[in-house]
Amino acid sequence: MTLTINNKKIKFKSGQTILEVATANGFAIPTLCYHSDLKVQANCRLCVVEIEGHDHLETACSTLALEGMKIITDSPRIREARRLNLELIFSEHEEKCVDCLRRFDCDLLKYAREYQANISRFTDRKKKRKTYCFSKAVEIDGGQCIDCKACLEACQTVQKINYLEIRGSGVDQEIVPTEDRDRACIYCGQCTLYCPAASAQEQSAVAAVEAALADKQKIVIAQFAPSLSISLREEFSSLNSENCEGKIKSALKQLGFDYVFDTGFGTDIASMLAAEELLKRLKDKQAVFPLITSSCPAWISYVEFYHPELLPHLSTIRSPHIQSAGMIKTYWAKKNNLNPRNIVLVSIGPCTAEKHESIRPELFVNGRPLLDQVLTIRELVFLIKKNRLDFSKLPKNDSADLFNGSGAAVIYGTPGGIMESVLHTATALSGAQKKNKISNNRLEFKTVRGLTGFKEAVVNLQGKRWRVGVVNGIANIEYVLPHLKKYHYLEVRSCPDACVGGGGQVIPTTKEIKKKRMAELYRIGKKRSIRWASENKAMLAYYNWVKEHKLEKKLLYTKFKRI
Amino acid sequence: MPKKLRKKNKRRNILELITEAGLVGRGGASFPVAKKWKLVKEALKTRKVAYIVVNGAEGEPGVEKDAYILKNYPEEVINGVYLANQFLGNQKIKKIYFFLNHSYWEKYLVQLQKVLSQRKYQSLAKKIIFTAKSKDLLYISGEETALLNYLEGRKIEPRLKPPYPTEQGLFNAPTLVNNVETFHDVSLVGRGKFDDKRFYSINGAVRQRGVFRLPATLTIEDVLRQTDNIPDFPFFVQVGGEAAGEVLNSDQLERPIEDAGAITVYDLEHTDKNKLLSHWLNFFAAQSCGNCVTCREGTYRLAELVKQKNHDQKVFTDLLTNLAESSFCALGRSLPFTIKSYYINILKKKI
Ligand code: SF4
Ligand code: SF4
Ligand code: SF4
Ligand code: FES
Repeated sequence: MTLTINNKKIKFKSGQTILEVATANGFAIPTLCYHSDLKVQANCRLCVVEIEGHDHLETACSTLALEGMKIITDSPRIREARRLNLELIFSEHEEKCVDCLRRFDCDLLKYAREYQANISRFTDRKKKRKTYCFSKAVEIDGGQCIDCKACLEACQTVQKINYLEIRGSGVDQEIVPTEDRDRACIYCGQCTLYCPAASAQEQSAVAAVEAALADKQKIVIAQFAPSLSISLREEFSSLNSENCEGKIKSALKQLGFDYVFDTGFGTDIASMLAAEELLKRLKDKQAVFPLITSSCPAWISYVEFYHPELLPHLSTIRSPHIQSAGMIKTYWAKKNNLNPRNIVLVSIGPCTAEKHESIRPELFVNGRPLLDQVLTIRELVFLIKKNRLDFSKLPKNDSADLFNGSGAAVIYGTPGGIMESVLHTATALSGAQKKNKISNNRLEFKTVRGLTGFKEAVVNLQGKRWRVGVVNGIANIEYVLPHLKKYHYLEVRSCPDACVGGGGQVIPTTKEIKKKRMAELYRIGKKRSIRWASENKAMLAYYNWVKEHKLEKKLLYTKFKRI
Repeated sequence: MPKKLRKKNKRRNILELITEAGLVGRGGASFPVAKKWKLVKEALKTRKVAYIVVNGAEGEPGVEKDAYILKNYPEEVINGVYLANQFLGNQKIKKIYFFLNHSYWEKYLVQLQKVLSQRKYQSLAKKIIFTAKSKDLLYISGEETALLNYLEGRKIEPRLKPPYPTEQGLFNAPTLVNNVETFHDVSLVGRGKFDDKRFYSINGAVRQRGVFRLPATLTIEDVLRQTDNIPDFPFFVQVGGEAAGEVLNSDQLERPIEDAGAITVYDLEHTDKNKLLSHWLNFFAAQSCGNCVTCREGTYRLAELVKQKNHDQKVFTDLLTNLAESSFCALGRSLPFTIKSYYINILKKKI
């Protein structure tokens, strides 16, 4: 099929929208409410184009391309409509650019410049609106919301949590947390991943981190998730693939962090403990099955609120970044003669729920949180851009390699990554390494009932066959719950595509981009000098130290309770 | 019609009859009724369940035809629905929703139910659900897809099309949505009594307010004359409803009425021009569903703008033009139609 765009003949496939055809052929059309992974909303009216024979403009994102259509994507008439719609959008959006996390990549400002929109033609109508805060993790700033409904789609359709609602009509319309007492936010941050207006976003810890960095009395330490290197490379072209982890370490040093750690170390501890826990349960005739992973903090919030009856199924092992935090503030601090009270520990990762996790009292050690601040990857990007760090000029830093994680810790960020890592370690621990294929091959998962968000496999451990499964995205849990009894071990990840699609990931995050991130993580995972958790000697040494000092309960395990 | 022909008619397919009669939707969009029915029927080839929705929202101020029809011809309306139900297949139609305006819902419900208690309508009666447009429901709830959202318990705003309701309407099933007047006309067609007339609502500064049934081909002037409503003072009219209707002066009455059949007469000298303008703008601002920025914000800003003494006329015009250019649905696009026709035809000002 063919049509013309700006007088150029173009082939397309039936079912494509004008926006898809135009984008695929290099015609740029501005969009705000559109996201390739979400249902088309067509409410920002920015992508308007002319179609011959139509008496008004049409939105490219929502109009199907048809045979013979004659489309114009740029003209004075179009520019005028885009300018006006932008001015109206800005009248709903209070600019807080000075410390806005989107400042360096703001589509709103980019389009305002491109279409010469007067962003203050109309008074900011929503200035007095509330900001809704969800724990320490996520917020919706009513004064900035442009009513695009992307967050609603994320919360309702992608996650099926239905915590966000739209209330009122016309100019009274507002995105609000529900008043339904039977629903709760799980802090997954999926809503923040799609918001074009910095309204649904993580509660920023940037100011607190900057204050700590400026405080000469404090030792400020960063620990960052291994998946960071992939995401930062998307942001900074000067960060090439071969040396990026070292360069990220240098960047953090330049920002003023005194020490930098790899959260992957904590991941290895978690894998090790999880493997032990699994083997123990498999031997125990009375054990509760399935055992379910607990390293995704949004999943924990979900179980606590929606399905407390599943609490006995949850693994009691602390999540990876809490594990490494425990190591840094006790074992490492002691070895280096540092007072943990002087340490400000900042964890950087792709997650908003970790912000909430960091203030869970049951994870405190000696009455204080292990993690003092949690930054999303976006917040780190903001810091780097604000300080104008140039990766091409930064040295490759190899220090602190002592506490690195293994390759298995790298793939932890992908759906199925926990399963793979834990099963491998369990196989190694049960001494069957050579006979078992897991050590060399990826697990052979198959999809169940055509669900893309759930996969299962059968594995051999201790001479028996066990059924395991991976839930990829919290929305899929409802299909699995009725069949729980069939499984022995389940991995549950709240965000679609796990941490590579985490609520704190860089923007844009799309299905396509996530696929690339996953492939890259597997690639660099293989290149790590330590491949599997069970081979991580530094980690094993720490584990022995904890056991010697009988600190297991305090540092390695946790308890879940009904809320 | 001779008896013989009437008999023959009975045996003929209702779809053919409607096609022949040239029935079009009377909501304003003038979509051929037969085409809609055919689309639902076709969609049903692969689907098991469908719905019928009788749209009696009558949200457009100044249009009171539905109330009139329900009061005077409830049996015809029910019979029209009956024919649709037969045509699409009694087995496949799961439910029939009657969506009525709150102002008359109670008044006519008893009548409608009385008709439904007739033997002929037994199977129909079981499936009918009456629901009323409450006072605070928006104007837009009369729009087909917004109405479907309402019936599903969702936010009242128009849906993106495609998919069209004929394919994926209520709860995703093929759905036939027609308004009260259409079902009435269908019944007449089925009984061989259709005479190509339509209902006209006449309001405003006239002697004979009310609803009249007159030939569909009449001009505005004919309608006013035949109802003895030509004013003896300088006047202007709004045709098609008091919100979304076009505003015309008394020299422009030689045209037929294409939209919703409604004429409102205004006294040219005694109408407060600014008040009328604000009235329209406020109405649209209050009725915008809020879905798209162009209309949500545009109608509000226009209403705010005219509150200022010497407002910026360029911004005013720009916002109006933009409503016509880039609104999501016909509600946003109709405000500039009203305002611009008023400026040009009555105020004789450029816009
Ligand atoms: S999202 Fe808003 S506050 Fe943030 S930079 Fe853009 S215009 Fe400024
Ligand atoms: S953080 Fe997750 S659960 Fe909470 S509002 Fe956002 S999408 Fe919904
Ligand atoms: S909070 Fe953001 S994503 Fe949600 S409707 Fe407002 S602008 Fe859109
Ligand atoms: S991107 Fe098409 S209307 Fe927003």
